[in-house]
Amino acid sequence: MEARTDAVSAAPPVPAASWRNWSEPIAFAVMVALLALAPMYFYPMFVMQALCFALFACAFNLLIGYGGLLSFGHALYFGWASYLAAHSAKVWGFPPELAILTGTLTGGLFGVVAGALAIRRQGIYFAMITLAMAQMMFFFALQMKFTGGEDGIQAVPRGKLFGLIDLANQTNMYVTVAAIFLAGFLLIQRVIHSPFGEVLKAIRENEPRAISLGYKTDRYKLLAFVLSATLAGLAGSTKAIVLQIASLTDVDWPMSGEVVLMALVGGLGTVFGPVVGAFIVVAMQNYLAQVGQWVTVIQGVIFVLCVLLFRRGVIGELAAYMRIKL
Amino acid sequence: MKSLLSLTAIAVALAAGSAQAQQLSVKIGVMSDMSSLYADIGGPGSVAAAKLAVADFAKSNPNVKVELVSGDHQNKPDVGSQLANQWFDVDKVDMIIDIPNSGVALAVSQVAANKNKLFIVSGAAASDLTGPKCNANTIHWSYDTWMLANGTGKAMVKTGGDTWFFLTADYAFGHALERDTGEVVEKNGGKILGKVRHPLNTSDFSSFLLQAQSSKAKVVGLANAGGDTINSIKQAAEFGIVKGGQKMAGLLVFASDVNALGLQTAQGLSLTESWYWDLNDANREWTKRWQTERNAAGKFPTMIHAGVYSGITHYLKARVALGGSPEGKDVTAKMKATPTDDVLFGKGVIDEAGRKRHDAYLFEVKKPSESKHPGDFYHLRATIPAAEAFRQAKDSGCSLVKG
Repeated sequence: MEARTDAVSAAPPVPAASWRNWSEPIAFAVMVALLALAPMYFYPMFVMQALCFALFACAFNLLIGYGGLLSFGHALYFGWASYLAAHSAKVWGFPPELAILTGTLTGGLFGVVAGALAIRRQGIYFAMITLAMAQMMFFFALQMKFTGGEDGIQAVPRGKLFGLIDLANQTNMYVTVAAIFLAGFLLIQRVIHSPFGEVLKAIRENEPRAISLGYKTDRYKLLAFVLSATLAGLAGSTKAIVLQIASLTDVDWPMSGEVVLMALVGGLGTVFGPVVGAFIVVAMQNYLAQVGQWVTVIQGVIFVLCVLLFRRGVIGELAAYMRIKL
Repeated sequence: MKSLLSLTAIAVALAAGSAQAQQLSVKIGVMSDMSSLYADIGGPGSVAAAKLAVADFAKSNPNVKVELVSGDHQNKPDVGSQLANQWFDVDKVDMIIDIPNSGVALAVSQVAANKNKLFIVSGAAASDLTGPKCNANTIHWSYDTWMLANGTGKAMVKTGGDTWFFLTADYAFGHALERDTGEVVEKNGGKILGKVRHPLNTSDFSSFLLQAQSSKAKVVGLANAGGDTINSIKQAAEFGIVKGGQKMAGLLVFASDVNALGLQTAQGLSLTESWYWDLNDANREWTKRWQTERNAAGKFPTMIHAGVYSGITHYLKARVALGGSPEGKDVTAKMKATPTDDVLFGKGVIDEAGRKRHDAYLFEVKKPSESKHPGDFYHLRATIPAAEAFRQAKDSGCSLVKG
């Protein structure tokens, strides 16, 4: 948000035909190209996992970056969606598309309940209510039989998409995940640039003023919350199918923290920031696993550096430097 | 000309083939908890044990090239399964060992089965790994929950501890441990006087311990793990439970936990282990080498570390016997067909379900005055022979067991 206002105010008037106006479509094309090339250079499982987290971070960013609502309980929607997707695929024998749909709806449903309660408060109280709800549901996940406690739901079948495409094939799975991610990403972008998104930004900047203009801000906030929870659910369900496991990690509070970290590192309130942030955080966790106990320390140092040196996040700083919207 | 070419090709292929037979290269991944609550029972100590096993094996088999990699699963099943996938697919790891976390171990066991590679569990406790969730690519080495429950439960009842009270961590693992131990106690003529469930990662056990104390049970069974066990033992010492005549039975306690607690606090605690460093000369000698490798004179290896050494040794023997680069299932079959023999666990076998069978021991932690040298932790109270120490394959519920 800051990044954008800065960029706009600092930029000299540019001619209408400048490439700067096309920065978002260009960046999107670059992203699609990278996604197409990535499996040749990186381990596809890693890229797929990162894509799920990228979608999760984008969903989270929709709420904080554009609605100004800091939810500290997004693991609830992500984790419970992955449990339901895994359970429906494994025990009920749902095909992957229905399993993912089940998980996504679960995320949305929890979003309606938690959101309706949480949006009545603001700032730190809002964050605390979302955290409390998430922790409550974490304990259900820990105790309930079907979640498998600390073992999680394992050996989730990937199945055949629409009964035709065998997802056990790595390439098929990759294309499916990339398609889901891009669909979610485009939806978020559409929401941000819609009149609804504009009202959301107005609420973020000054809620009383938005109310005085006649907007029922609670409705907008709730809708944003539910959208964000649903998309987080989509990300969680996809992850359960990709990694074939749903575990406590996904519903526990550090996951809520991690998604904040992803959005922060990449750049809050930028469209591409959360994607980059998710890739950075997931890459750290994966490629640093070999160094053992230093993972958490390195992660902490990077977080501190981010807050101290580039507050607008990687993409936020880049956008400000190039004077474009990203 | 054509025939000459094909002849050369055959010659080259043959030469390459024979070179491969001579030079066997194996890659082993030690996946453990390097930084958190299980880092002491597994972690860097497991890597040290693996290095010793590789070094010892190289002495007698100089033509085998073994490469070790290690990684941290951070106690997250998803991180573990992701890392295992990557090791098998990208880094061409042949076998993964250790994993002191049942959730992660179950996940990695699935991955090993999918990729037809090999997984030797030394660190995790869940007996399901060789029970309903067994597969032909997994071997469970050092210990399991069945052995712990059976060893401690049965031996305690036989030595007079016939009334029990359970202090149970309130999640699936704690419940399973309590249920299994309770069954053993009742089967051997003991009685369960009561139980109390405490939340995971609790710091205050006072009300639970007071209930245990007032139950007048002869044995207080701790069906919990890690930090919860340490805290409950510490606070039990403060309440004077052992001094009051009750016995404490730790259902999942390792030598490293006793070392961390100190004998003053842990004295009188009964526990089952399958390996103890101070049991014989071979173990003591190996421990010295382990301490040098680990660069930690004050630490003592656990049965998990010993299991990593023993497991890798047996695995490498099977690989040399088979030669080439066989599939995971063939290696486990060979490992099951060959009796095990190494300096730490002695002779043993691996049964159909993938369970390595060896003796287990019931120990009691010494009083500080009885301890003669650093690491002199235990009195040996009973030896449980290999045939009884582990669940019989036919009772395991494992689909690999025929008949």
